[in-house]
Amino acid sequence: MKFAVIVFPGSNCDVDMFHAIGDELGEEVEYVWHDSESLAEYDGILLPGGFSYGDYLRTGAIARFSKVMKEVVKAAEAGKPVLGVCNGFQILLEAGLLPGAMRRNESLSFICKPVELEVENNRTIFTAEYEQGQTITIPVAHGEGNYYCDEETLAQLKDNNQIVFTYQENPNGSLANIAGITNEKGNVLGMMPHPERAVDELLGSADGLKLFQSIVKTWREAHVVNA
Amino acid sequence: MYKVKVFVTLRESVLDPQGKAVTHSLNALNYKEVTDVRIGKYMELTVEKSERNIDEVINEICTSLLANPVIEDYRYEVEECVAQ
Repeated sequence: MKFAVIVFPGSNCDVDMFHAIGDELGEEVEYVWHDSESLAEYDGILLPGGFSYGDYLRTGAIARFSKVMKEVVKAAEAGKPVLGVCNGFQILLEAGLLPGAMRRNESLSFICKPVELEVENNRTIFTAEYEQGQTITIPVAHGEGNYYCDEETLAQLKDNNQIVFTYQENPNGSLANIAGITNEKGNVLGMMPHPERAVDELLGSADGLKLFQSIVKTWREAHVVNA
Repeated sequence: MYKVKVFVTLRESVLDPQGKAVTHSLNALNYKEVTDVRIGKYMELTVEKSERNIDEVINEICTSLLANPVIEDYRYEVEECVAQ
């Protein structure tokens, strides 16, 4: 399976993401610059964390108009797995690939610490390797992770099981303790916590690895004969 | 030539954590009469005249980039001026 790590000016978790895929998971991975005009050769698209375009105007608001985002939309429509972490999640929201928006953390502080998440839905291509209801430890690092959507959207998210991860103790004020959601089709996941920073016990937790393993396993089952 | 002033604020239904913190701070300074603060963004645009209607252009700009309609409202003032 071949992954693309999209790099925007101001991305700063791209190297961690590359390491998680290339070294820990042992899959093929390449950096793709934000002005790229094709993602056809990649099977999975990863939008890393950081401060794309300095978070000017709103987080993700400017990155969302990058050339490559047209291709990310195409990849999402084609059913390819698309994962946005932290700033990547914010960009997916601004691009309309996921519903809702981010507000400043309720505390107004930047939060950087490991948090406990509950796997709310393990029947997705991103979470198949976790147990339903499993508690995992993944670090967060953000100033704007306070997820918001209107009541109607929240009801839809709940009805379609699109809420994939919730915080055990809400660090940022996000609605319904939401830490990560998918689109309706289930092939686009946005999450504030950083699974790529939790891929080895040396880093304090290896709980993030199963997320990437889930993507690869479900992809192989669908695309490789005798997988 | 137009000078356009754009004001973007969080929608009434969306809690504004910055505004809330400033309200508390003003109350602590004994300005008890202040009951709410909403913090927003102010932008000044210089726009050349074109064949397109200025309101149409500004509304398009605001909904596509300057404001996020999921959480923000915007309003604007247009002032016509002579190019310098």
